[in-house]
Amino acid sequence: MSEEKIKIEVRNLNLFYGTFQALRDISLQIPEKRITAIIGPSGCGKSSFLRTLNRLHDLIPGAVVKGEVILDGRNIYTDSVDVVELRKRVGMVFQRPCAFPMSVYDNVAYGPRLHGVRRKRQLDEIVEKSLKMANLWEEVKDRLHERAQNLSGGQQQRLVIARVLAVNPEVILMDEPASALDPISTARLEELIIELKKNYTIVIVTHNLQQAARVSDYTAFLLNGELVEVGRTQEIFVNPKDKRTEDYITGRFG
Amino acid sequence: MKSADFDQLNHRGEGRFPPLLLNFRTISRKIASATFFFCALFVVATVLSIVVMLGVKAVPFLNRVGVWTFLTGTEWKPLRGHFGIAPMIAGTAYVTLGALILGGPLGLGVAVFLAELAPSRIKEILNPLIDLLAGIPSVVYGFYGITVIVPWIRRIFGGPGFSVLAASVVLGVMILPTIVNVAREAIAAVPDDYREGSLALGASRWQTIFGVVLPAARSGIIAAIILGLGRAFGETMAVVMVAGNMVAFPKSILEPTRTLTSNVVLEMGYATGDHQAALFATGFVLLLFILTLNLASHWLTKKGVS
Amino acid sequence: MRKEIDAFLTAIVVMGSLLVVGILIAIVTQVVVLGLPEISWEFLATEAAAGGKTGGILNSIVATLLITFIGILIAAPLGVGSAVYLEEYSTSNRLNGIITMSVETMAGIPSIVYGLFGLVFFVIMLGWGWSILAGGCTLALMALPLIMRTSQEAIRAVSNEYRENSMALGASREQTLFRLVLPAAFPGILSGIVLSVGRIAGETAAVLLTAGSALGIPRSLFDTARPLPVHLYILASEGISMSKAYGTALVLIVLVLVFNFCVYRLRKILS
Repeated sequence: MSEEKIKIEVRNLNLFYGTFQALRDISLQIPEKRITAIIGPSGCGKSSFLRTLNRLHDLIPGAVVKGEVILDGRNIYTDSVDVVELRKRVGMVFQRPCAFPMSVYDNVAYGPRLHGVRRKRQLDEIVEKSLKMANLWEEVKDRLHERAQNLSGGQQQRLVIARVLAVNPEVILMDEPASALDPISTARLEELIIELKKNYTIVIVTHNLQQAARVSDYTAFLLNGELVEVGRTQEIFVNPKDKRTEDYITGRFG
Repeated sequence: MKSADFDQLNHRGEGRFPPLLLNFRTISRKIASATFFFCALFVVATVLSIVVMLGVKAVPFLNRVGVWTFLTGTEWKPLRGHFGIAPMIAGTAYVTLGALILGGPLGLGVAVFLAELAPSRIKEILNPLIDLLAGIPSVVYGFYGITVIVPWIRRIFGGPGFSVLAASVVLGVMILPTIVNVAREAIAAVPDDYREGSLALGASRWQTIFGVVLPAARSGIIAAIILGLGRAFGETMAVVMVAGNMVAFPKSILEPTRTLTSNVVLEMGYATGDHQAALFATGFVLLLFILTLNLASHWLTKKGVS
Repeated sequence: MRKEIDAFLTAIVVMGSLLVVGILIAIVTQVVVLGLPEISWEFLATEAAAGGKTGGILNSIVATLLITFIGILIAAPLGVGSAVYLEEYSTSNRLNGIITMSVETMAGIPSIVYGLFGLVFFVIMLGWGWSILAGGCTLALMALPLIMRTSQEAIRAVSNEYRENSMALGASREQTLFRLVLPAAFPGILSGIVLSVGRIAGETAAVLLTAGSALGIPRSLFDTARPLPVHLYILASEGISMSKAYGTALVLIVLVLVFNFCVYRLRKILS
């Protein structure tokens, strides 16, 4: 990975929920403007890991993070870091498409409004650009003021991505973004993800190995809260170094 | 499509966030959580001050007259210094019991029908009607009692019409929504496995209801009855209007009576001194009894959950 | 045989349900049929005269509107606020238990006891006298548990996914609350408030002890007044005028029907 510029560096990361240790001593580097996939059997800590990258565990009572997550040279787990600012820079797309109960327009404008954008023209511009980037503009441009919950699941997930893009993040975390979608919507979503890597660093958690192989540049394999192996996706899939990785990829467990 | 298109957001990027605004955010968070906390505290404070305020008015008086004399005295002649509320306690007991006898089985029957038997279209009609019954002001019930129930009783059974029976009938209807809603929820909360298990053993619909469903919902049903009892016990206006309000131990359900609540509302308008204190003491007795009932139903519903 | 017993029992509960519906219809019909002839513009728009024997109910309508308005104005923010605290802020189970217990207790306290409290506290201690303000404040306390419970349910029904998504966009907890959670819970909260309006507009005993029963249009918040339910009580129990009483009862019932219908519609929107 030496030739890549590193966006996020994780050092000796541990995560506890009360007495249960969900992540053990994880160290890994996430390169800028690349797609890094996190794979592993369910319950291995993939989603927990993703949530440490934008401090979403702050919301869960009893969750304790030890170790460092360094974003552009700065540890996000120090007191001086403004969590709100961090989450603006590190956006997140969740497993289930979650359109807010408001219009398509208001969904996308939600973030910019939070962060102080008030002028109608500016908002219009942001909404249009974000929707275009999320490949949704053509489908919704005539129904911007209809309820977003009337959109299909695939459209809602792209709407969520547009909503994240509207706050102009640098990193986008995706937590099994296609798991609630049909195959056609999944294909469209994957295309979009690959397109987005031109401008954004993307970390995607997936239980779908083919998906990881199709979209990602780098892959990390987690097992029981431990990082087993990380490397170029091709390496991991074709020539894994660790026996456990090989077993998992060839479908011998998980 | 470069991120530079979003320069309106960019200039608010990392490191440029003014610390003043950051403080503003922490402050506004503190203000918000303090405000909501205050609201919640207000509720607790209200309950406490209701008990304290009534207690302050009632306890010195009760000490002077004697709690036992107050509760068991049969004479209520406030202007001559006789403060015994035993007749009112009896009146309240009769009327409440009557309401439960009339409204209890009916309410439970409706609850069983709604939870176990009614098709959803009928439920959709019946549920709002039950809510409507709960929404009718008690004074309207009392008014209906005066204009319809009391004359009926007078015509059919003789006597003045204003009676324990009239009050029981009116209250019996008024407690229906409480009993129906609480019991229905308790019955609906019984897992379907129970029913299927019983039906699979060859039990009929009603054998299942009596043998499995109602026993499983027992504590919720008792809570429903207790809440209905509390409602009847505390009801004032409807009872004042139809019970006749005579201070005496009724010898039959056709004779008039006066309840604790009626006593307060009838005489508070002109009472002073010890008389007024005696009415507050009546209210205090009411409050303590209701608090006990609430604790009982709270305990029962908790038991039902676990 | 078993079949017959089942059919018989089913018939009994069906008849019981029909009886309940019948009672409701009987009460409403009685009031509507006998009250309707009384209703006229004059009845609604003139003040009561001769102790209610003649004239209309304008003063009582004004009194009811004012007292209910004050009651809701106070109860709604407090009720919603404490619901928000319980659902979104509180971390202590013990405190939660105490607050929930208090609300349950408040819901069970009879109106006459609220009346006594209002009498001691607002009327005597604070020196407001029998007044619209004292009545409104007393009713606010009575409305609090209902508003709080419905708001709590509405807020709890807002999916946690919304909160996570909003926070992940960089929203603070307060921003999430005011921009997303409360708007999403709004129909449910509103239905609780409307339901309480219906309840306290029909309340009698507590108002009688705290707002008095004087006739005349109230000129200030410290005036005593006679809202519709109190007017109906006095007309009917003192036998002043049964026909005026029917008219008053009809207006009250219509009010309640309207509020209940609003709640019904709001619940439909919700589901």
